[in-house]
Amino acid sequence: MPNSDIPIAAGSEAAMRASATVEPVIQVEGLQAYYGESHILHGVDLTVHEGELVTLLGRNGAGKTTTLKSIIGMVGQRAGSIRVLGQETVNLKSNRIARLGIAYCPEERGIFSSLSVEENLYLPPVIGEGGVSVEELFELFPNLKERRGTKQGTRLSGGEQQMLAIARILRTGAKVLLLDEPTEGLAPVIVQQIGNIIRKLKERGFTILLVEQNFRFAAGLAERNYVMEDGRIVDMVRHDELAAKEAQLQEFLGV
Amino acid sequence: MVFDVPLSFLALQLFIGLQNGAFYALLSLGLAVIFGMLNVINFAHGAQYMLGAFATWLGLEYLGISYWWSLLLVPIVLGLFGILIERALLRWLYDLDHLYGLLLTFGLVLIIEGLVTDGFGSSGLPYDKPALFAGSERLALSGLTGNERDFMVVPIYRLWIIVAAVILCIATWYMIERTRLGSYLRAATENPALVRAFGVNVPLLITLTYGFGVALAGFAGVLAAGLQAITPHMGSNLIIVVFAVVVIGGMGSILGSIITSFALGLVEAITRIAYPEASNIVIFVIMILVLLTRPAGLFGREA
Repeated sequence: MPNSDIPIAAGSEAAMRASATVEPVIQVEGLQAYYGESHILHGVDLTVHEGELVTLLGRNGAGKTTTLKSIIGMVGQRAGSIRVLGQETVNLKSNRIARLGIAYCPEERGIFSSLSVEENLYLPPVIGEGGVSVEELFELFPNLKERRGTKQGTRLSGGEQQMLAIARILRTGAKVLLLDEPTEGLAPVIVQQIGNIIRKLKERGFTILLVEQNFRFAAGLAERNYVMEDGRIVDMVRHDELAAKEAQLQEFLGV
Repeated sequence: MVFDVPLSFLALQLFIGLQNGAFYALLSLGLAVIFGMLNVINFAHGAQYMLGAFATWLGLEYLGISYWWSLLLVPIVLGLFGILIERALLRWLYDLDHLYGLLLTFGLVLIIEGLVTDGFGSSGLPYDKPALFAGSERLALSGLTGNERDFMVVPIYRLWIIVAAVILCIATWYMIERTRLGSYLRAATENPALVRAFGVNVPLLITLTYGFGVALAGFAGVLAAGLQAITPHMGSNLIIVVFAVVVIGGMGSILGSIITSFALGLVEAITRIAYPEASNIVIFVIMILVLLTRPAGLFGREA
């Protein structure tokens, strides 16, 4: 098992070295976010470099989803700095942020019941070149090819809906993906499939910020893991430090 | 003989019922589309329809704009008027209860009707429709000839109203249910925040939707100009029935509201023959029955 870690760790270091000259794809500094009266994020700092797969770990209510939603602009009140692909976005609306080349896959999947499977797949507008073609998507997600004629997107099983939710944002040409708990509530065999897909996406050069409750799933994929608690980042664990910090992480995550 | 009336009379009544249904369809379609995207019950819809009829009259009277040009231009002008209302007033209300949108648009009705009454009086203005639409055709209902009761009188202008409404309804249905733009509309009705996070300019979509809904009302107003006297309150009288039609059909389905509209036009016509005293209330009786048994409407989705 340690052997398989080496290339990933090395890749991570390369990304770290590159960061000295290249601006990170996502750079969040001192992010505060509010839903009405409630103050959810209290100064979040995190960085994701090009081609990296980074996770946000933490208990329910730690602020993971709010962090992703803040980056894509779905949280109305936010302060601090969020730079996406070199541009400050803390005051931009979500449709403008998306057009920079970033896409979001929500925790509840967000499949539209008044749209067919095919319409759901084609819904997000193409925002950049080099998106994954529909033929390739059907290779990555063979289930979707079989179910493409389904009249109502929400008739799909939970796993199929999750795959559709990921597939549709790959079409758009976005190179930065925000994935919110893609394995939640899915059977182990499907979790494994989604893990394989995320691995393939990383190989294709996508930059991924992944929110997960499933620590084992996430830690196996990611180069770095941020740990959140009470609206703050409390730790950052590199892949090669996982073994050493496992006990500490278990305590944070309450698993 | 059905209901003890000649076939020709029955056929004409059903035909007029369909023509009433055409107005219900055009107006309920606009209301449903607006409610879906904006969460606003557009009480001003009737006043906007009335403005369409007045604009048609004004266009001919002062600018010499023909009926045919009015069919094109009046909906555009009304659509722009709608866009102005949405940008200036309605957009502040989306996060509030439906009641606020209803009250605001009700206030607009009072203002618009008041201004129009002040400017043109309430006795009604006549409009000369194109000569093409004058008169009526006789349609043989059976193979028998010479028997006056077997001929149906088909007023040409009413036939045109039905044809125009059906074409526009089908076009709207197609746009919403079968095109890419329509899929944005449907998705944004379900989850506007997510559609926006995909990079779609949802606020622009909302503005255009309101403009389109008002344009439909304006188009119905042009059709009405050729049929009846143009009065400031012509919209209020009609819109109450149209609200009942929308409640019966349910907000969820475009096709549902079109079918409900024509069906209720026919039901009214049949009531007018069978029991004329009830013809003005039959739709409201059906509305009560539907509310008691299927609160989301015949084609609506339960919330």
